[in-house]
Amino acid sequence: MKQLDVLIREAGRFDLATPASTTLTDNEAEVGRVMQICNACRYCEGFCAVFPAMTHRIEFEKADIHYLANLCHNCGACLHACQYAPPHEFAVNVPQAMAKVRGQTYSDYAWPPALGALYRRSGLTVALALAGGLALFLMLLLGTRAELLGQPLGGDFYAFFPHNTLALLFGAVFGFAVLALGVGVSRFWRSITPGEATGPAVAEATHDVLRLKYLDGGHGEGCNNADDAFTLWRRRFHHFTFYGFLACFAATAVATLYHYLLGMPAPYALTSLPVLLGSIGGVGLLIGPAGLLWLNLRRHPAQGDAAQKPMDRGFIALLLLTSATGLAVLAGRNSGAMGVLLAAHLGVVMALFATLPYGKFAHGIYRSAALLKWAIEKRQPNRLSLGSD
Amino acid sequence: MFDVVVIGGGNAALCAALMARETGASVLLLEAAPRAWRGGNSQHTRNLRCMHDAPQDVLVEAYPEEEYWQDLLRVTGGLTDEALARLVIQASSHCRDWMRRHGVHFQPSLSGALHTARTNAFFMGGGKALVNAYYRSAERLGVQIRYDAAVDALELEDGRFVAVRLGEERIPARACVLAAGGFESNREWLREAWGQNDNGEWPADNFLIRGTRFNQGTLLKFMIDAGADTVGEPSQSHCVAIDARAPLYDGGICTRVDCVSLGIVLNRHAERFYDEGEDFWPKRYAIWGRLVARQPGQIGYSIIDAKAIGRFMPPVFPGVKADTLPELARRLGLDEAAFVRTVADYNAACRVGRFNHTVLDDCHTTGLTPAKTHWARPLDTPPFYGYALRPGITFTYLGLKVDAHAAVHFGGRPSPNLFVAGEMMAGNVLGQGYLAGIGMSIGTAFGRIAGTHAAQAARQGTHHEAA
Repeated sequence: MKQLDVLIREAGRFDLATPASTTLTDNEAEVGRVMQICNACRYCEGFCAVFPAMTHRIEFEKADIHYLANLCHNCGACLHACQYAPPHEFAVNVPQAMAKVRGQTYSDYAWPPALGALYRRSGLTVALALAGGLALFLMLLLGTRAELLGQPLGGDFYAFFPHNTLALLFGAVFGFAVLALGVGVSRFWRSITPGEATGPAVAEATHDVLRLKYLDGGHGEGCNNADDAFTLWRRRFHHFTFYGFLACFAATAVATLYHYLLGMPAPYALTSLPVLLGSIGGVGLLIGPAGLLWLNLRRHPAQGDAAQKPMDRGFIALLLLTSATGLAVLAGRNSGAMGVLLAAHLGVVMALFATLPYGKFAHGIYRSAALLKWAIEKRQPNRLSLGSD
Repeated sequence: MFDVVVIGGGNAALCAALMARETGASVLLLEAAPRAWRGGNSQHTRNLRCMHDAPQDVLVEAYPEEEYWQDLLRVTGGLTDEALARLVIQASSHCRDWMRRHGVHFQPSLSGALHTARTNAFFMGGGKALVNAYYRSAERLGVQIRYDAAVDALELEDGRFVAVRLGEERIPARACVLAAGGFESNREWLREAWGQNDNGEWPADNFLIRGTRFNQGTLLKFMIDAGADTVGEPSQSHCVAIDARAPLYDGGICTRVDCVSLGIVLNRHAERFYDEGEDFWPKRYAIWGRLVARQPGQIGYSIIDAKAIGRFMPPVFPGVKADTLPELARRLGLDEAAFVRTVADYNAACRVGRFNHTVLDDCHTTGLTPAKTHWARPLDTPPFYGYALRPGITFTYLGLKVDAHAAVHFGGRPSPNLFVAGEMMAGNVLGQGYLAGIGMSIGTAFGRIAGTHAAQAARQGTHHEAA
C-alpha cells in the first residue's frame, strides 16, 4: 500500500488543467485531445492495444502520443464504433489523429534528419528512386552489352552484371537502409522510455508482429475497411506481402550462400531452393500488395490520413513491381529479353531498398517497437487506481 | 404490404425487426434519425445486465435470478411489475447467443468498471458497435430500412393497428412494433413534467440530455392521446449528475464526473446538501442527478483536493484548478466566504481513520449536517479542483402499459397487432431508480418478444384476409 501511495502522490503532480506540453504540434495536440475523451469513455478497450495502453495514463505528453500513434494499426474499429465520431461535436477520429502523428514521427526520428522530409514528398521520392534505379542498371547493361536485346545466355545474369558489382551495390544500399532505420527507431525507442524488455515481453511482441494480432479486431473477425463490416483480408494481404518479401529475401540469402560457400553461382534450376523460395515469395508479393492496393483504394475516407495515401501506394507499387519484374526475369531468363528484364528488376529492387528508410516500410519497424513497448508496459502494474460505475 | 413495421432504430427496434424477420415476416424499419445518428440511446450504452447461475464466458461467478430481482426491487422501491421483471431477468440469461449470431461481440468489464464483472456483459466497442452489427444483420436478412423517417402518427381502428403516417405518406402493415424511445429530448415536455419549483424556476430548463436528440416522444404522446394505457411518472427518469460543460445532447458516458465520493459537493450557495460518502459511487451515481436537480439553479460543484487525483476515472473536461480554496471559490463563481467556511467546517468535522476507497471505510464526519459517512478526509492538499455538475437525463420512464406479450393496451384490453418495446415501456419494469445495464436488458427482452408476437399477429392477420 505504501508504494501505491507514492504512486498516487506522483499522479497527483500531474497538472490536469493545463496542456501537457507547450511544444506539441497541432497533430499531437489533437491526439491528446482525443485521448482525453477516450480515456473517459473506454468502450474500445477490447479492440487493440492502444486503449489499454491509454488507461495507464491520465495525461498525454509528446512521447506518450508518439508511442500510442505507432501502436495504432489503423484498423478502424474504434472509428465505426465511436459514439463521438463526426458528426458528433467532439469529432473523435482516433485512426486519423494517430495516422497524422505517425507520419510525423517517421520524419521526426529519421536519420539523417535532413532526409526525414522525404516522407512528406513520398511521390517524388519513389519516382526519383525508381528512375534512378532503372537508369543505373540500364546503363550498366549497355556498358556490358552495347544493346538492350540480344542472344539468350541461358539465364546467366552474371554475364550482364558481375556478381561482385551486384553484391557491392545492393549491400551498400541495403546496409544504409538498415543503418538509417536502425538509428531512427533507436531514437524513437529511447524517447518513449520503454523499460526493460524481458523474455516474455519480447516473445509476445514478436508474436503480435508476426501474426498481426491487432488486425483481428479483438474478436477474430478482422478490421474495418470500406465500412463498419469486419474483414480479415487486410491481415491476410499483409501476411502475403510480409512473408512473400521474406521468402524473396531468403531466396537471395540462400543464393548468396550457394555462391560464396558452396561455389555454386547462378543460374539455378527451377527446383532449386533459391528459385523455389523466390517463386513462392514472388507470388506472395504479387497477391499481397495487389490486395492491399485494392483495400487501400476502397478504404473509408475518414479512416487514416489521406495525405499519406501517396506514400502507401508508392510503396505498394514498388513491391508489386519487384515481384512482377522478378517473375518476368524467371519466365524470360532463356530469352533475348533477359538482360533488359533483369535490369528492370534490379532497378526496381534498388529503388525499393533505397526508399525503405524513407517510405511506408518504416511503419512495420516503428509499429514493432511500439508493440514491444506495450508488451513491456502491460507487465508493469498500472499505477493508477481508478474506480467508476 | 409489409407484415411488420417497426418504428424506431435502437436496440429494441432492431431486436424486434430481426426476430420478426427470422420467422419469415417482411419487415420495414423506420428510423427517425439520419444514418449517421442511427441507434437512439443504444449507441451510448455499453453493457447488458445478465442473470447467470455459473461463470459464463465474459461473466464471472454467478448472478442468480433472485439476487437480480432483489437488486431491482431495491432501486425501484417496489415500483416494478414482478412478472415482467422476472421475464426480463430470465431472458437476460439466454439472449446472448442470439445476439452473437447477429454479430454482437462481448468482452469482460472495462478497466475502471471491474465491480460489474459479475453482473454485466460488455459490448466490445460499446453500444454503437452493437447497433452497427444489428443493422448489418438486418440488411443481410432483408429487413427494409429507412432513415430520416420520423413517424408522426398511427392509424388505429378500435385498438387495432392499421397504418403508419409520416407526413403525407401512409404505410399500412399487418402489425406494428413501437420502439421509438422516451421523450427525454423534448425540452418542452420535460419542462412541463418537472413543472415549476418553489423558487419559481423551471428545473428541466437546466437539464442536459445524455443521449440522442431524436427521442422527442412524438409517438408516445400520440399513443397517450389515443387512449393507450400508460405506466410511470413523467418526471421519473435515469438521471445522473454530469459535467455542466457537457453538450446539450449526446454527451454519453464520458461526461460523468466520478469524484463525488472523494470530496464534497456544494450547491450554488456553497453549502453541502447530501452525504457524498453514503455508499460506493457505482451504487449512488444514479441518485445525484435528482439531488442536483433539486438544488437552486440545478447546479452542484464537486470539490476535491490533490489527494483524489489518480483515484477516479479521468473526466473528459479538466477540472477548474486553484492553489487555494478562496481562489477556487472565485474561479467557480461561488461566494468566497461561504465556500471557505463550508470547507473549514467540513475539514474540522472529519474523523480520519484508515482511508480506503475500495471499502466502506471509517473516515467520517461528526457533528456535521449532512454528515459524510465514509471517505471523509479534509480538503487540505493543493491544488484543489472543482467540477460544476448538472442533471443529465439518460431516459424517461413514462411509457405504455404492456403484458408479457409486449402488447399495447387500451382500457385494459391488449391490442391484437400493436406492440411496444424499449424505453417506451421500460417503466413497466423500472418505475424509478436505475441498475447499470438494465435498460438494454429490458430493450433486448421486450424487443425480441414484440418482434415475435408482431410476426405472429401478421400471420394471423393474413389468415383473416385470406378468409
